[in-house]
Formats: sequence, structure tokens, C-alpha cells
Amino acid sequence: MRQPLLALLAKEPAHGYELKQALETIFGSAYPSPNIGQIYVTLGRLEKDGYVRSVDVEQANRPNKKVYYITAAGLEALQTWVEEPTEGPRVRDEFFMKLVLAPMTGLSDRMALVNRQRRHYLALMRDLRELAERTDPANRVALLLIEGAMLHLQADLDWLERCQEELP
Amino acid sequence: MSGEAPVVRAVNLVKIYQTGGVPVPAVRGVDLTVEAGEFVAIMGPSGSGKSTLIHMLGGLDSRTSGEIWLDGTRADTLSESAWAVLRREKIGFVFQFFNLVANMTVADNVELPALLGGASPRQARERREYLLGELGLADRAEASPAQLSGGEQQRVALARALANHPRLLLADEPTGNLDSRNTRDVLRLLGQVHRQGQTIVMVTHDARVASMADRVVSLLDGQIADDGAIPRVRRRGGGSAGDVVELHG
Repeated sequence: MRQPLLALLAKEPAHGYELKQALETIFGSAYPSPNIGQIYVTLGRLEKDGYVRSVDVEQANRPNKKVYYITAAGLEALQTWVEEPTEGPRVRDEFFMKLVLAPMTGLSDRMALVNRQRRHYLALMRDLRELAERTDPANRVALLLIEGAMLHLQADLDWLERCQEELP
Repeated sequence: MSGEAPVVRAVNLVKIYQTGGVPVPAVRGVDLTVEAGEFVAIMGPSGSGKSTLIHMLGGLDSRTSGEIWLDGTRADTLSESAWAVLRREKIGFVFQFFNLVANMTVADNVELPALLGGASPRQARERREYLLGELGLADRAEASPAQLSGGEQQRVALARALANHPRLLLADEPTGNLDSRNTRDVLRLLGQVHRQGQTIVMVTHDARVASMADRVVSLLDGQIADDGAIPRVRRRGGGSAGDVVELHG
């Protein structure tokens, strides 16, 4: 959450609620809607680290609102984040643990585990497909995010197939 | 036979290839029933017998033993020519390779099965316009197959298979040559015809396509390892699938 907020603030100063709205607008329904409390907690930490500062802006008939802006140190941290390579996703190892260990305990057999997991992945895929159908075709960011999730799921299914072939 | 008969019923279906005198079992005792209007996806690793199974169901490969019933009629005992008639009347088939007629236009390729099936020229043309339109190929109607990309030919093959409103659509990896956007067109059309009651049996490794199905059959070593409905995802709270996607760890 830290770097996306810094990136939005590098574009223009904003208060917490505007940041939440910006994330929702840009990433669409595929993105887990950020919790406003979590945004304020993160902004507080960024401020403590010297990456952002805030000013109170007076509003007529309302409590003051806090507008955040990025500092030189914040810009530098953001630059570092943008330029460093990003870690690849980790393999879904929880299912693999079950697959390897559960048969040793006699609690389940591998065929049943693989079959249940395959059906679950396909259910997730259907969910993503329906989400893509409901998404505004003009929102390329949201659609690409969904497509990325679909490609990951496809890889998980292919791997499941390999597990079924290779593990007795 | 009554209208209640399943569209497909395979009983203890076996296929053994004889290669160089060594018997190689490809399908080893498959029982499969597909009711009218059902969409069944067949998945499994390569060499698990998926293509052999679907080819046998379409009469393109003979069975070694077992029974195949299509729409209440015993089919595995038919002669090759009787199979050909049954196929023309009841089955639309999409192959991995497209088998379009090279010296006919795209439009004629798609209209031909409808005309052979007894549709009027106008009905055949309207059906062709609908199918090619849905697949984003309306402006390719007068092209010849050789002028099309692999992905375009594959979509034309799907349109042709659906031209005759077949009782059964059999498809072997129908999105194997398509990019994401073209796959989306194919998925949309499959969804539409399925909602209109089209029975579909499809071999695919593409999970997007398989997730359209009512039921998934998984093959392993020529046998059915799993056969069942795709469950509904139980959402934790909210109405979006947001918790399926995570941008950061």
C-alpha cells in the first residue's frame, strides 16, 4: 500500500479519501477496495518516515481536512521502487503441502485432493470471467488485471495436471 | 426412441491402437452420459485419451469395444457411410485443424452444412451472418480460407460447425490458435448458443473455456478421474471478485 499511495501523491497532493477513490477508479472492480482506515494508518507511517507531509486545510462548516503531499525523500523512495525489478509471484505452495503430506497421514488420497482443487480453480476462473464481462470494456487497467489473474490460474491448473501425472 | 434419451451415452468405451504389433490402450473403459442442453468440458494431460474419446463420439475413429449411443440411436455399429449421414444430420465438429474447403469462400464454407441440412438459402445466409458477426469475421465472408490467419480459420470452423443447429457440438481444442481477444469472442458465442440449448462436448486445456461448462470430465491414462459440476465460489463479503486479485503481498 505504501508505494501506490506515494505514486498517487507524486501526481498531486490529496487527502485520504481521495486516494481511496483514485485507487478504485484506476483499478476497477478487480482490485480489493482499500480500507480507509488502512490508508490513514499507511499515510501516518509515511509521514513518520519523512516521505510525506500534511497540511490542515480549513473547510466551511466542516472539520479541517488533512491534505498530504510528497517530500523529496518520498520521491526518492518512489524512484527506487519504480526502478528495482519486482519479485515474481510465489507458487501456491499451501496446496502443494497438502498434496505431498496429506496422503502420508492417510487423511486423503491425492486423486481426491487434485480433483477438488481443479474444480475450485475452475470455479475461480468462472468468477473472473463473469467479472470481466461486467467490467467496462474501456477500463483497460481493470481488464488487464483480470487477465493476469486468469493467466496465473491457468498456470496453476497446468501445474496441478503435472502433479497428477508425476505423483503416484 | 423417446425425446428423453441422452444426446450422448458411451458405455465401457475402449480404444486400443495397434502400433507395430504392440497394443497401446488410449481409452480404457469410459462411461459418459451427456443430457440435452448440457455443456461438458473434457480435460486432462496430453496422451490421456481426450482426443481419441471425442473422435470416437463423432465416429471419426472406430471403437475397440463398448457402445456409443447418440440421441437414442446405437451408433458404434453403423457403417462408415451411415456414420457420415448421422454426423451430417446431428453433429457439428470443430477439429484442432480446421478442414475448411479451400476453393470456397468463408461464407460458402459456413452456409454449406446448413444447406445440406435442408435450410433455405435465406435461412443459411442469416445464420452465417449471425455466426460470423458474433465471431468478429463479418468482413471476411468473401475471403478464401487461404487468406485467413490460423485464428480466423479456427473461428470459421466453429461457425461452420454451428451452422446447422446440430443436436451435438463436438470440439477439440477450439481455442488452441486464438489470442485473448479472439478467445473472448468464441466464449461469448459458446455462451449464447449454450443458453439457447446447444449441447456441447469439448476437449480443452484452456480453463477460461472449461469454466463455461456445466460439468468437467477429467481424464487420466484413458480413464475418467473426475466427473462433476463446477461449484459456485463462496464469496467472503462484498459483491466483487476483488479478493481473487491481489496486487501486492
